[in-house]
Amino acid sequence: MLYSIGKDSSAMLHVALKAFHPAPLPFALLHVDTAWKFREMIAFRDETARRLGLDLRVHVNEEGLARGVSPVASGSQVHTQVMKTEALRQALDRGRFDAAFGGARRDEEKSRAKERIFSHRSAAHGWDPRNQRPELWRLYNTRVREGESMRVFPLSNWTELDVWEYVRAESIPVVPLYFAKARPVVEREGSLIMVDDDRLPLLAGEKPEMRRVRFRTLGCYPLTGAIESNADTLDAIIAEMRAATTSERQGRLIDSDESASMEKKKREGYF
Amino acid sequence: MDASSPEGAPPTLRLITCGSVDDGKSTLIGRLLYEQKLIFEDQLAALERDSKKHGTVGEEIDFALLVDGLEAEREQGITIDVAYRYFATPRRSFIVADAPGHEQYTRNMATGASNADLAILLVDARKGLLTQTHRHAIIASLLGVRHVVLAVNKIDLVDYDEATFRKIVAAFEAFAKPLGFKSIEAIPVSARYGDNVSSKSQRTPWYDDPPLVDHLERVEVEEDRRQAPFRLPVQWVNRPHLDFRGFAGTIASGGIRRGDAIVVASSGRQSVVAKILAAGREADEAWAGEAVTLTLADEIDIARGDVLARPDSRPEVADQFTAHLIWMSPDPLLPGRSYLLKIGARTTPASVTELKHRIDVDNLDKLAAKTLALNEVGLANIATTMPVAYDPYAENRDTGAFILIDRVTNETVAAGMILHGLRRATNIHLQGLTVTREAHAALKHQRPAILWFTGLSGAGKSTIANLVESTLLARGVHTALLDGDNVRHGLNKDLGFTAADRVENIRRIAEVARLMSDAGLIVLTSFISPFRAERRLAREIAAADEFIEIYVEAPLETVIARDPKGLYKRALAGQIKNFTGVDQPYEAPEAAELVLHTAQSTPEALADRVIAELTARGHIERL
Repeated sequence: MLYSIGKDSSAMLHVALKAFHPAPLPFALLHVDTAWKFREMIAFRDETARRLGLDLRVHVNEEGLARGVSPVASGSQVHTQVMKTEALRQALDRGRFDAAFGGARRDEEKSRAKERIFSHRSAAHGWDPRNQRPELWRLYNTRVREGESMRVFPLSNWTELDVWEYVRAESIPVVPLYFAKARPVVEREGSLIMVDDDRLPLLAGEKPEMRRVRFRTLGCYPLTGAIESNADTLDAIIAEMRAATTSERQGRLIDSDESASMEKKKREGYF
Repeated sequence: MDASSPEGAPPTLRLITCGSVDDGKSTLIGRLLYEQKLIFEDQLAALERDSKKHGTVGEEIDFALLVDGLEAEREQGITIDVAYRYFATPRRSFIVADAPGHEQYTRNMATGASNADLAILLVDARKGLLTQTHRHAIIASLLGVRHVVLAVNKIDLVDYDEATFRKIVAAFEAFAKPLGFKSIEAIPVSARYGDNVSSKSQRTPWYDDPPLVDHLERVEVEEDRRQAPFRLPVQWVNRPHLDFRGFAGTIASGGIRRGDAIVVASSGRQSVVAKILAAGREADEAWAGEAVTLTLADEIDIARGDVLARPDSRPEVADQFTAHLIWMSPDPLLPGRSYLLKIGARTTPASVTELKHRIDVDNLDKLAAKTLALNEVGLANIATTMPVAYDPYAENRDTGAFILIDRVTNETVAAGMILHGLRRATNIHLQGLTVTREAHAALKHQRPAILWFTGLSGAGKSTIANLVESTLLARGVHTALLDGDNVRHGLNKDLGFTAADRVENIRRIAEVARLMSDAGLIVLTSFISPFRAERRLAREIAAADEFIEIYVEAPLETVIARDPKGLYKRALAGQIKNFTGVDQPYEAPEAAELVLHTAQSTPEALADRVIAELTARGHIERL
């Protein structure tokens, strides 16, 4: 199971634990780390694995690290390609996994709306959106040939609001970054970027200031915009969402390059 | 998996929008999202940008662009796959499948309709009903969609004319009569301007019924899956330790309480529900749609793919049935070819034994057909290798639907909906036996086996089989020997030597061998059985690990020289037709458990090898 530490991963993990109860999870969790995740995410990840006794495996594209790839030095596109897409392919190849669960939802983004629940990937992890298997009823065709694999999206039909309501109903722990708190941020091209450690080079005139912010979505901290908010409880988050006027991925800098960018990334093996 | 609806709210409505190209489906969905404030500012900004680039409505916002996801579609201006959209009003949540209107993508519409409770059928008010409209209504009906909204769109372009609207509605109602929809609601709308979408339009004063969104919020679609008989297709046997054995799956219909009696549909075994875990927590009862793990009072054999039901309302169990097929692959259907059939959690080899006719989905005409091509619909008889538990699709969409998978490419090639079982296969529920096959075998201190001797006539099958049986008898092993000629004189005396009769001959022998092995016996069969397909059939009928194929090999020259019954002489002289080795091929086994070369050893030595093999496999005790 691909575990990205975010709220969707938390909900998916919770569903899986319940489905297999009283047996333990029969599969491992895989986190593809880019070395640029928020520190609180990593702490939460390790704490979750310990608390639930999970088999957590962490993969970093060491070769990319050695080449010095980072969102700061290489820009968001190269960083995402090398440290997320390529890293994921490496990890899946190394584990010889024939199926990987992901917490993606169809309501997130246009090209995700056409994603199957059982989504076939070629031996090179490519996605062919024009030639997908029809998926009828609840009958999933899980058959793959040697080397091919499946990406499985059990939360396909959930919406962002469904996820939060489920988190609330089941009291599922989530990373504290989702809750509003005073955090050091700089404003960059209209986005609020949190200064999570001293690796973020400040541009001329930038000075971190403490603002009350939270995150709707979590990724690499230099690429993830915060929103100003006072929502520091689940009730407040849900109330804020119901009144929201921007979409969830708006905070993701990597999507705004081009409106079809998600589809391009997915064809290449991005989750 | 769907997220649950808020407490007390009507359940999430799954709907599909369909209609001909340019009838405005995507525009209508875009309008619905927009009016429910579900288009966010950043999406609206992107939409305004894109409208200028690809838009077809001039300076206004082209809502269709919001919905048509993939790059290629935007460039061609048509939807080519099913896209799912989610919206909620204060009253209800909706999942919308946006299905394509273009003719060649019919399979996508069937995909979208398979999970839909309601179909919105769009008609262009200027054009009226088109072939496509008929086609989509028929497909929706075939896939069990029971509620239809006829959205007469672009009503603005006919000046909000009531007569035009009434004419289209009357034509549709006449056409749809045989399709068995439970409700048809016709609404005059303009997706582009929002008339009668979320609020009643002032421009259609003659229309008294609620606007589209109101209707969608109120329509009751629950086919009372709760009231239907209990069905639990078992997805997984949960066995974390010796003290827990649970059967996990999502309840397809009905409900179950702790203490209820249940039966395994295919085996007839019964037990009582000891414990219900619903989503990880113990519960007194559970209902359709819930993912549960049941534990039972007795240790009975249940595997993935079995269906649990109540003893007084069981699904049918059959290995032959009639079904509608929607063909979804560019490679046409080949009757007789072995496909994989997946129904519930069970996957079994299956083939189309007879294509009865093709159905013209434009008008429901029945056409003679030998095959089905992409997007064609037909009625076919299907035979499965393993009996499957099912309900007619009209009664239960979860237990009556299946897909066919190509065994080489792994593509999903067809969707199927079962009408009814065939002949004797249906309504004969297997009786669960009190004395198990294991008990029979244990009493005899042996493990049952079927020794299937195959080879040319005169190769020495019967000679070796008789020696083996004598040796086993001397050691106190319980056996039975089925020999070609003897069986032909009794059990199979009604069968001739046509290809069909030969297959039936082997099938009966395999079934008898299976019954005898169930009684704990070691069964020896001695038949030429020249075709791999028949021997595979016999292997599939046998219990796992009990079928031992023994190839008694001798060169053709040797057996012609031996010719113990003088048959080769007559066959070579043309007096016997279809004689194996002479004018009919013998397909040698590719992976027999044992190969005995009779030209090189004595029958006694070869019989000893069979005994050694039985010992090594643990069927009989070592001396």
